[in-house]
Amino acid sequence: MTTMAADAGAYEAVFDAALAADERIEPRDWMPDEYRATLVRQMAQHAHSEIIGMQPEANWITRAPSLRRKAILMAKVQDEAGHGLYLYSAAETLGTSRDELLDKLHSGRQKYSSIFNYPTLTWADVGAIGWLVDGAAITNQVPLCRCSYGPYARAMVRICKEESFHQRQGYELLLALSRGTEAQRAMAQDAVDRWWWPSLMMFGPPDDASAHSAQSMAWKIKRHSNDELRQRFVDICVPQAESLGLTLPDPELRWSEERGHYDFGPIDWDEFREVLRGNGPCNAQRITQRRRAHEEGAWVREAAAAYAAKHGEAQA
Amino acid sequence: MTAALALGDDALVLSHRLGEWAGRAPVLEEEVALANIALDLLGQARVLLSLADDEDELAYLREERAFRNVQLVEQPNGDFAHTIARQLYFSTYQELLYERLAHGSGPFAPLAAKAVKEVAYHRDHAEHWTLRLGDGTDESHERMRRGLDALWRFTGELFEPVEGCEVEWHTLHDAWLTRITSVLERATLAVPEGPRRGGWAAGAGRQGIHTEPFGRMLAEMQHLHRSHPGATW
Amino acid sequence: MSGSPSAEWPLWEVFVRSRRGLSHTHAGSLHAPDAEMALRNARDLYTRRSEGVSIWVVPSAEITASSPDERDPFFEPSADKPYRHPTFYAIPEGVRHL
Repeated sequence: MTTMAADAGAYEAVFDAALAADERIEPRDWMPDEYRATLVRQMAQHAHSEIIGMQPEANWITRAPSLRRKAILMAKVQDEAGHGLYLYSAAETLGTSRDELLDKLHSGRQKYSSIFNYPTLTWADVGAIGWLVDGAAITNQVPLCRCSYGPYARAMVRICKEESFHQRQGYELLLALSRGTEAQRAMAQDAVDRWWWPSLMMFGPPDDASAHSAQSMAWKIKRHSNDELRQRFVDICVPQAESLGLTLPDPELRWSEERGHYDFGPIDWDEFREVLRGNGPCNAQRITQRRRAHEEGAWVREAAAAYAAKHGEAQA
Repeated sequence: MTAALALGDDALVLSHRLGEWAGRAPVLEEEVALANIALDLLGQARVLLSLADDEDELAYLREERAFRNVQLVEQPNGDFAHTIARQLYFSTYQELLYERLAHGSGPFAPLAAKAVKEVAYHRDHAEHWTLRLGDGTDESHERMRRGLDALWRFTGELFEPVEGCEVEWHTLHDAWLTRITSVLERATLAVPEGPRRGGWAAGAGRQGIHTEPFGRMLAEMQHLHRSHPGATW
Repeated sequence: MSGSPSAEWPLWEVFVRSRRGLSHTHAGSLHAPDAEMALRNARDLYTRRSEGVSIWVVPSAEITASSPDERDPFFEPSADKPYRHPTFYAIPEGVRHL
């Protein structure tokens, strides 16, 4: 704060007016502490999800069944590292360093999307992740391009643009399997069966049970409710599954003339909470690998910093 | 097409090894850098193998003894210094080789002209890291020294003439050694001593003689493709 | 450098010229131990889809920014000088090349 600082009320009025006019909030603007904290938490969780999300897919890079698929998968996993980087950068504009955020991830104080605590058991899982998990992520992310916080919105614009190939490659991969041999078709159906429900959980708890939703909507960090986005995703997926020639594992899935949407069965929120709490199939494995990579890289990061210091580069 | 296989396998195998780093790099920025190099190499491999035959049949259905890559590129990643040492030795060689092929009139000239720009960047990346690890901390210096020493014995094979590449291998070797010596000096590291090739008369990678870790690498790379004969992906 | 594990690399701001004839625009930021590595990381990260022909990197700490608190004294005065803009002037119809 400079000597020109007026009272907090005046600042808040400027902030509120900016939101009301649908203007962006920028890093050095005054903002309520809670707005700042919510953003740091959300951007960090989003960044963590990108880098943890590299693991289940990287699991198949060395086994990709054609060189074309291998190149696509490597480029996709690389994009996820890049997207994590954009998002950590956006979080850093609010004065929290990447090291601090990584430390919170490694010590379990910050979360990442629970979806990455499920294993990739077959090659078809790479397709299911692209189609369903990236599809759900895109449904969530497109509205974030209009998020009230400028750096986050700009990062999301870039990410959404780059991610457009992620979902398509997954769909195309599944299509090749579904039109392939009996074994390939079965592999594809099995993957869709396993990934469908966890993908629906990616939109978060139902609106009446969502802790942060209302405030985030008021701040225009979030533009649509969890249930609204989930419904949008289901409506998009049903015809896509039909074109794939695969079924979605929900006997209650049917078109409702009355609502103009697909009805779908109940989500197993007990499983959601269990996985969130750390009891998913891969929680421990994912965080262990992340920590190990970070710890094993420490000497490399130190060496480069030492070299820079010796050779007269200013250290920030 | 001996040369297409030799050069294509070099790129394919090194790309695979670099792909193993995904999700394990020392810092996020380096994830992106290593993946870029791996993708460049995979692109080169696909062009080269396609000159010889179907790229996937060559990559997934050949037995170990039919691969013609040098043993250097199949060596496991080890720590980051080990990987950088492998990158330094190989990318310096690849850049010099592709420069010569690009200026020649052989079948690889167009590919080499495009690839040499990519490879120059790989060499630049390896050199920058060699300097930082060599002249960084005591620990990084020691790790870099170990990596360079361990891989030195695989560098002789790089200069064994490849049938179909019209290149003066002696001058290529001299240029390589000059370059490596200069980088290592700047990095406060010594040029390793000791033999540059194994003493086994059967030969090495260019003759289809590989090291033990390579078989396991291929088993992993090929198993899915081979489990579904005739399938398309 | 004592090599303490928390020694985080400094932050750099990246500016990319997307094609010849345009100025560099801010693309984002990244971490790097020094300027040379910052340039390379920027090349790998921000131009991997051929988004650029030239890159600048600047240590984030070296940027001096105007403060939002000073927004009014900095930027309001120019708002009342419409005569700086061509639309301020009435020109008779038919006069061209002005």
